[in-house]
Amino acid sequence: MTEPVLTVADLSVRIAGLHILQGVSFEVAPTGVTVLLGRNGVGKTTTLRAVVGLTPRNGEVRGTVRMGGEDLLAQPTHRLVRGGLGYVPEDRCVFAGLTVAENLRLAERRGTTPAYDRVYELFPELDRRGRQRAGSLSGGQQQMLAIGRVLLGDNRLLLVDEPTKGLAPKVVTEVAEVLERVAATVPVLLVEQNLAVVRRLARAAVVLAAGRVAWSGDAGELLRSTALTRSLLGVGVASGEVAA
Amino acid sequence: MGTIVLLTLTGLGLAALYFLVASGLSLVFGLADVLNFAHGLFLSVGAYATWWAAGHLPGAGPGGFGFVVAVAFGVAAGAVVGMLVELVMIRPLYSRTIEQVLVTVGLSLAGVALLQATWGADARPFPRPRWTTQVTSVLGAKVPNSGLLLVVAAVVVLAALLGFLRYTRYGLVIRAGVENREMVTALGIDVRKAFTLVFAIGGAAAALAGALGGVYFGSVSPGQGGSLLIFAFIVVVIGGMGSVVGSAYAAVAVGLLQQFVNYYGTSGAGDICVVALLAIVLLLRPQGIAGKAATA
Repeated sequence: MTEPVLTVADLSVRIAGLHILQGVSFEVAPTGVTVLLGRNGVGKTTTLRAVVGLTPRNGEVRGTVRMGGEDLLAQPTHRLVRGGLGYVPEDRCVFAGLTVAENLRLAERRGTTPAYDRVYELFPELDRRGRQRAGSLSGGQQQMLAIGRVLLGDNRLLLVDEPTKGLAPKVVTEVAEVLERVAATVPVLLVEQNLAVVRRLARAAVVLAAGRVAWSGDAGELLRSTALTRSLLGVGVASGEVAA
Repeated sequence: MGTIVLLTLTGLGLAALYFLVASGLSLVFGLADVLNFAHGLFLSVGAYATWWAAGHLPGAGPGGFGFVVAVAFGVAAGAVVGMLVELVMIRPLYSRTIEQVLVTVGLSLAGVALLQATWGADARPFPRPRWTTQVTSVLGAKVPNSGLLLVVAAVVVLAALLGFLRYTRYGLVIRAGVENREMVTALGIDVRKAFTLVFAIGGAAAALAGALGGVYFGSVSPGQGGSLLIFAFIVVVIGGMGSVVGSAYAAVAVGLLQQFVNYYGTSGAGDICVVALLAIVLLLRPQGIAGKAATA
């Protein structure tokens, strides 16, 4: 088996006295999309934030997270990102008061040539709307900006947190298409609730329940089993899906 | 008419002083979430460093180009102290609000005590060019040149800050950081450098206020920074945390209100009206005039 791009071992996170992650261990494949699934509040976002070093200051993180032999937990977030760990947060988090062009300029990484060609090829809309304030973009356009910002630099792994949340079905399809193209060149650890998107993108799946890994394996196998999806995710595979 | 012009221009002079202190305070709070009670110390450092340089620094003096050198020395001292305060005392305490307040209040008190121990508690006459003690006739009003100097300095600082925020990489980082500091970090930027920079900028602007305040009042005393800091905080809250433009609008409102009410009402009523204005803004628009955005 090929070497995983990311190895999470016995990851525990406590925030404000709550033991949110309780010894989570999993690996992210070096190619394609690995999806992190689970019901609301099981710790999916907390996992991504711990990997990228964004656990709140009143939180406590234990365990190991390794990427290419480096211990990620020992490094500050900005250094991880410069080292090729791209992070697209939940709810986009674009800078509403800045223009689209300024949002992108901010994401240029020191010492590397920003790949505007790649970003504008994927999202021509961003080129056209360069002078528009990011806060006035639609949800889908903001998501494209959030992904585009990260793709300006070269990444060894992308962490993408609920990219289709709150988007119209047509936009969900567009975002899924983009992620599919991105995943052809960079491995992605994706948190996603929309099972149609998961079916389209993911090769491997890790399911969290109550702060622990409840299941991991082939994403197709998980989605083919109604019993598994019902017991682990609380939904039948056909329910609550948006076409992707 | 002459009285109105005089009150307006002296009110703007006072507003300029408030703005110079408040602009840095606002950026520091907006970006780093630090309520810096030691900001008044930067003003005092600037005032005393200018006063000292005018008498002792080679090339500096109380008039002409020598005074410019003295003020530049004072501003540089304010910037360095601001930077050191951030690096040594604030950096280990980010996200620990109570400790920050204790440290900055303590630093402010210790700084005043140090100035008193070194140069005494009494106000000292401030060296200033002769033309700053004279007046200029504007529409029939005889306006002190020192007030006009403050207004010009504040306009220059405002323009420089806006240019910096709009056209430089660090300005972009600061504007973004005021909106969402964590996300700036998540884009691979070491936001702590921006924290140090805003402390240095705030220190420099406050030090300039100290130097030009010395010219305006004609003297310098250890407690000057603390008394101006109260109004600077009010300006920051009214203007909106993190907004330089908001601070400018708020400073003008506070300065003019204070000046007019003190003249047409009783002395001291202006201060009460400023507090009332603060209460009204907090009730109607808690985020201040410009909200929490570093508007460029």
